[in-house]
Amino acid sequence: MKILVPVKRVIDYNVKVRVKADESSVELTNVKMSINPFDEIAVEEAIRLKEKGVATEVVVVTIGVKKSEDVLRTALAMGADRAILIEAADDVHTDIEPLAVAKLLAKVSEAEAPDLILAGKQAIDNDMNATGQMLAALLGWGQATSASDLEITDGVARVTREVDGGLQVVDVNMPAIVTCDLRLNEPRYASLPNIMKAKKKPLAATTAADYGVDITPRLTVVKTVEPAARAAGEIVGSVEELKAKLKEAGVV
Amino acid sequence: MSVLLVAEISGSQISIDATSKALVAVSSLGPVTILAAGEGVDPASLAALAGVEKVLHVEGAEYGHQMPEACAKLLQTLAPNYTHIAAPATTSAKATFPRLAALLDVMVITDVIAVDSADTFQRPIYAGNAIQTVTSTDAIKVMTVRTAGFEAVTDGGAAGVEVIDAAEGVESSRWVEDRVVTSDRPELTSAGVVVSGGRGVGSEESFAIISALADTLGGAVGASRAAVDSGFAANDMQVGQTGKVVAPDLYIACGISGAIQHLAGMKDSKVIVAINSDSEAPIFQVADYGLVADLFEAVPALTEQLK
Repeated sequence: MKILVPVKRVIDYNVKVRVKADESSVELTNVKMSINPFDEIAVEEAIRLKEKGVATEVVVVTIGVKKSEDVLRTALAMGADRAILIEAADDVHTDIEPLAVAKLLAKVSEAEAPDLILAGKQAIDNDMNATGQMLAALLGWGQATSASDLEITDGVARVTREVDGGLQVVDVNMPAIVTCDLRLNEPRYASLPNIMKAKKKPLAATTAADYGVDITPRLTVVKTVEPAARAAGEIVGSVEELKAKLKEAGVV
Repeated sequence: MSVLLVAEISGSQISIDATSKALVAVSSLGPVTILAAGEGVDPASLAALAGVEKVLHVEGAEYGHQMPEACAKLLQTLAPNYTHIAAPATTSAKATFPRLAALLDVMVITDVIAVDSADTFQRPIYAGNAIQTVTSTDAIKVMTVRTAGFEAVTDGGAAGVEVIDAAEGVESSRWVEDRVVTSDRPELTSAGVVVSGGRGVGSEESFAIISALADTLGGAVGASRAAVDSGFAANDMQVGQTGKVVAPDLYIACGISGAIQHLAGMKDSKVIVAINSDSEAPIFQVADYGLVADLFEAVPALTEQLK
């Protein structure tokens, strides 16, 4: 069984986000970038399936600037077998839309013929939560989003999903797309020897043009601004004072 | 212009609050038709919402279970009649709407917090650290609405209900079971009061003091991601960017430090109270009233005072 894992290079989740002065986007120049945390969980799950003998090969793919090779090396150091880089932008501020990403990934999927695609449930930059579902539609496959548990038996993925009311369990015929939520696993740290080994693992460098896909954006960014700040409040000295303030505000 | 609004329905249960807030959000875009797709649904409450032109009612077990493959296929057949297809941004719509958008070859617009015009919308990015305004060039706008910032519409409508056929079945996935915790408390995203606990609560057992305060105020119980990850609270209680987004009249954060992704899920609350022993916790920067205290003393004391 082959697993394909799409990963995205995003601003590191510990970095304080700043909006650019011209309001075109968030500042990404000279900012620490990392693998999207949800994608890291997807890579981890794929590697665990390989370690259990359920999967035979884990292929990672990313779409973005040339520097996105970094996150592929991270995934290879964690234990993925090989990687595909699709260069689709020169400027790190160019975000390739989920629809375009899904179209490119559909082409990759046709060539690689994976049995399972494991993806992060959303990227922490544009927070769209869309690529996995769009790819499933384009391939005509079943999907299960926000997975917190995954079991594979006889060509069926049984997925426990985190939903508004609690948890939902679904069976999806493979090939299938599963998107990973936070509680699916805790990703490993790559060891130094594995980081060194990852440098020698195969990485195919391609460009979006190689796939003949139109990646023209459908959404135009008008502006990007800081959210409205809340006015500073006050520190109260006791539970009694807190109760009095809440009465005064009319909320209790 | 015309809008198809997909009502949030699980089984036969209509989430009237979420649907009605989404209705307010999209009502400037044109006459609104509501789709009621579920199993054993009585669409009368939807037809009674003010400003609804028509209700389409369709029955199917796969719609009741919110299976995205079947729901997207159904919506694809209805799409040509509308300029906008919208739904409240629930986990159900989050699964279905991007799938639908790809079937229509359009880009989905998720978590809309403001409708500026027929093609221009605002949405939060980077866990709410920035708000982006985008214009869509697609013929059909497929969008989910983050309902926390909108008021619910009142009754007063009398829309007609038209029963439509289910779309062809989908074989690729099957529902197995729901593991839903039933509670007498109000639903988290529509509650007037939310009391949340964080890592500081320390254990699943200690969460009882959070629940006791919530029950005294007739409110819902929430949790930070740290509390859910630590196993103190269930996943469906998580408030934050990747959990639920709430905007109650009163939000009480107990033992929550205030990580940015948690703030993204509650900072639109009208009054925010923070109870935390760490006076440096970022939660105090968004709180209207802060109490620097041990939550194990302060929370039961507040519960007692408010009884």
